Amino acid sequence: MTTATSQSEAHEVAKENKKAIQARNLRTGILFTAPALIVLAIFVFYPAIQTFITSLTDGRINSNARRPAKFIGFKNYVTLFQSADFWTDVKNTLVYAVLYAPIVVIVALAFALLLNRKDLKFVGFFRTCMFLPFVISLTVAAIAWQFILSPSLGLIPYWVSLLGGPSHLDLLGTRETSMATIVFITVWKNFGYFMVIFLAGLQGISAELYEAASLDGASAWQKFRYITLPALRPTFNYVVIFGLIGSFQVFDQVFILTSGGPARSTETIVYRIYTEAFGNGKLGYASALSYVLLIMTLIVGLIQLYTNNKHEKEEIA
Amino acid sequence: MSTATATSVKLTAEQESENARINAENERLRKQARTKHTISLTLSYIALVLVTFLMVFPLIIVVIVSFTPNAVTQTWPPKVIPSAWTLDNYTSLFSRLPIGRELLNTIVFAGAVTIISVFFDSLAAYGLSRVDFKGRGILLAVLIATMMIPGMALLIPVYKLLGSMGLVNSYLGIIIPRMADVGGIFLLRQFFISIPKDLDNAARIDGAGEFRIFAQIILPNAVPAILTVGMFNFMGNWNDLLWPLIMTSKPETRTITAGLAMLTGHGSSVTPYGVVMAGALISALPLLIVFFFVQKRFVEGIAMTGMK
Repeated sequence: MTTATSQSEAHEVAKENKKAIQARNLRTGILFTAPALIVLAIFVFYPAIQTFITSLTDGRINSNARRPAKFIGFKNYVTLFQSADFWTDVKNTLVYAVLYAPIVVIVALAFALLLNRKDLKFVGFFRTCMFLPFVISLTVAAIAWQFILSPSLGLIPYWVSLLGGPSHLDLLGTRETSMATIVFITVWKNFGYFMVIFLAGLQGISAELYEAASLDGASAWQKFRYITLPALRPTFNYVVIFGLIGSFQVFDQVFILTSGGPARSTETIVYRIYTEAFGNGKLGYASALSYVLLIMTLIVGLIQLYTNNKHEKEEIA
Repeated sequence: MSTATATSVKLTAEQESENARINAENERLRKQARTKHTISLTLSYIALVLVTFLMVFPLIIVVIVSFTPNAVTQTWPPKVIPSAWTLDNYTSLFSRLPIGRELLNTIVFAGAVTIISVFFDSLAAYGLSRVDFKGRGILLAVLIATMMIPGMALLIPVYKLLGSMGLVNSYLGIIIPRMADVGGIFLLRQFFISIPKDLDNAARIDGAGEFRIFAQIILPNAVPAILTVGMFNFMGNWNDLLWPLIMTSKPETRTITAGLAMLTGHGSSVTPYGVVMAGALISALPLLIVFFFVQKRFVEGIAMTGMK
């Protein structure tokens, strides 16, 4: 009888203890995360909701009469989906992402493989040079390339004409080449960053694997395909997701280099949000655009997460 | 006997010629492999040198043009090495823009954001990696979703919010909203997880409080990660264009990157290239100097970000 009571008492005490620990952990967890969470709540969560509410109104800035924004339901979205310019912006953003993300990954991987050669000298020097453009701002990078590509002053149009190409070639000012040129400049600026990540991934692969494959008579391609690529899988996931999400946000290059032109050929969604909100003062419309972009990004993010999980499951199975 | 010897000698001779043939073949293969190796190494060097040139060439042009008289820059055909040099672009730049003030603003802005957000991010990362509290999983999921919100979508309400607080065109206005960032929290959390738990358990048995464990055990063990997050923060804010461009409309708080954008197409399209390049160089130089000091550890830190 007494032992039973003491047992249940001990049980109670343990339960109490567990509860006390849980309560203490919760307190500690809240205390540590609070400073960051408060900042994020005020300047990310709250504005995100606010943007959605604004997207349902005809809100404007700079309107002479300070009339309150009127609730108009999903009218902004309807107008948006019916406007041809919007679909041009979506197309431009997707074209940019589909060109930029694979190119930056392939270039980064190619130079990581080159720099990973054991017999190579000056690796540090090459790596630093390739990383350098990543440190400077997109603004400075854009200014430099704008000058070099300038049809009336630039070295590249001059060299092209010397080689028998067209004179005063205007890569940024021609509809067919403007977006590709912006992609090129962004790859130039960013691939060094991804290269460093790949290089670390490559250095983590055991040399024994390659030796064993050589003994089995594997070709260089087979070694790459069956050892290098699978080992780089986590690195790939990281690089692709950041490359894609980043490419949906493209703005600075467009702002400095082309202002969305010529003939809207480089106008991306983010650039359009900027001109609608801060140029035309159409806050409701710009907010609706923001939400369309947010949903596009979420979809890509979720697809990426889903395929990652699938691969991981397959690898376990 | 003698015939036998003769046969064996003959055999050896045959074997020898066979051996010689194999040796020659091996030698040939080895040579071939060596040639192949030399060729591929040479090609690698050529590719690397070409790309390295492409990487630094635009930056060299910025430096050269910033010291070239505008009359020379505007002649066709363009030359890599100009026929004359000048410092006029720099004097003209200083008369057009309050460069000193803008540099100071940028240092205050990027510096303050970096210090505060690295502190807040690492606190949050500690909570999310070391403390097992209820709701942690949900919190992590919410934070991951946050990373996908485009900054542009938040700009308008944040601008209005700061306006209602009277913080537009002030240091506080550009610094406060940046005091935490989700990317930094995740990177630090990833690193904190890899620090052995025994360390803090030992300290806990000795009676250390959570904050002491954070400050005296976790932080000193996470220096490379903190340095990397800090450098990313500093670079990102130093180079940021849109945020300071929208939140500051007066030179008293404008950063150098936003000031530089004012020199190009938007605002005044008549700025000569030499002056713009001088501005570009001055805006990039402080960051490049910082980069060269932390280079090795920064690159190592980035390498860490791609691994799980």
